[in-house]
Amino acid sequence: MKKLITTVAVAALLSSTATFAVQQSSVVQADIDAFQGFFKKRFPELSLNDFSKGPYAMSKDKMLQFEAAMEMPPFEDLVEKGEKLWKKPFKNGKTYSSCFPGGDENIRANYPKWDAAKGKVVGLEGAIINCRVKNGEKKIGSGKGKLAYMGAYLTTLAEGQKINVIVPEGDAKALAAYNEGKKFFYAKRGQLNLSCANCHVDNAGKRIRGDTLSPALGQTTHFPVWRGKWAKKKGDGFGTIQRRYGGCNKQVRAQPFKRQKVNITI
Amino acid sequence: MKKSIFVSTVVTLTALFVVPMEAIAKDAMTGQEIAFDRKLGNCLACHSISGGTQAGNIAPPLIAMKARFPSKAVLRAQIWDATVKVPGSVMLPFGRHKILTENQIDKVTDYIHSL
Repeated sequence: MKKLITTVAVAALLSSTATFAVQQSSVVQADIDAFQGFFKKRFPELSLNDFSKGPYAMSKDKMLQFEAAMEMPPFEDLVEKGEKLWKKPFKNGKTYSSCFPGGDENIRANYPKWDAAKGKVVGLEGAIINCRVKNGEKKIGSGKGKLAYMGAYLTTLAEGQKINVIVPEGDAKALAAYNEGKKFFYAKRGQLNLSCANCHVDNAGKRIRGDTLSPALGQTTHFPVWRGKWAKKKGDGFGTIQRRYGGCNKQVRAQPFKRQKVNITI
Repeated sequence: MKKSIFVSTVVTLTALFVVPMEAIAKDAMTGQEIAFDRKLGNCLACHSISGGTQAGNIAPPLIAMKARFPSKAVLRAQIWDATVKVPGSVMLPFGRHKILTENQIDKVTDYIHSL
C-alpha cells in the first residue's frame, strides 16, 4: 500500500457543465473537451468519475488494497484536526469561513481560482493563507501540516462535487495565466527532460518500474493527500498539491519552486 | 555571512575528498550495473531487461538488440539523445543532459547491444 487517495471527492477535472454566473472561456472549454476526450478514448472502460480514483481505477488489485486501507483510514484523525483548526476563531473573533462566501462545503471545488483584482491565480492553500493575513494572523507553510489538514477537511466536505475552475470568458489576463500553466504542463524540464504530460498523459496507466503512472485527468482532485512515502520520513503522510509538485520537479531533476511564489494553473 | 562561508568551505573540502572516490567507484561499475542503477541508467524504469526486476512497460523490451541495431554507433547515439531521431521522445537524453558520462554510455551501449 504505497499511496492512498484521501478523498475521492471530485469527478471531472476542470469541468464546467453547471451554469455559473461567470462563463468559462470558450478556448479553455475546447481544451477541456479535448483533454477529457483523449482519456475517454485511451481508457474506454473507465467513466469520468473513475479518474478521480487515479491509478487505483486501473488495477483491480490496487483497488482492493485501497478499499482495505479505507476501512480504517490512517488519515481520519488529521482530517478531524483540520476541522478543529478551521473552526477555531482568530484572535479577532472571526473564522476562516468569513473569508469564503457561500458555505464551507462550496469552497474546495472552486479552486484554483482566478483573482481578477490581484491579476493572478490563487490556489486553495493560498486563499487560506490570505485569509489568515487579512485577519492579522501569521502565514503558515503550505506544503504540509495545518494547511494540509484544513484543505483535507474542506475537500471531505466537497465530496461528490466537480472541480469547477473557471477561466472567465473575455478576460485576457486570466487566459494568459491559463496559457502559462498549459505551457508549463507540456514543456520538457529538468535534467531528465520530462514534461508533466510525458508521464501523466502520454504514458498514463503504464508502469514506471513498479509504479503505475496516474492519469493527469482527475489528478488534482486527490489533494491534499495521504501518502505512504510521506508517512515514512518522520512525517504524518499529509501533503498538499504544492508539496507534490515540488517532488515532481525534484524527480525530473529540475529546480522546485518556492511554494506560493509561483502559482501554476494546471 | 561568516558562518555560510565556513560551511561552503567545509562542503568544498569534503567534496574534494568524496567526489574522486565516488568517481572511482562509478568507474568500476559494469554496463549492467549502470543500466540497472536507479540513479544512473535506470533503464528498467521503462524497459524490461532479462535479469532485471520490476521493469516498467513504457518502452519496448530490450531484446534482440543486434537485430534491431546492427550498428552499435546508432544504438549509442539513441542512448546519447533519442530526441535527435524522434523529436519529443520521452527517453532521457543521457549524453546531451550529462545524466551519464561518455564512459558510462560506452559501457551501457556495450551491455544493451549484447542483449
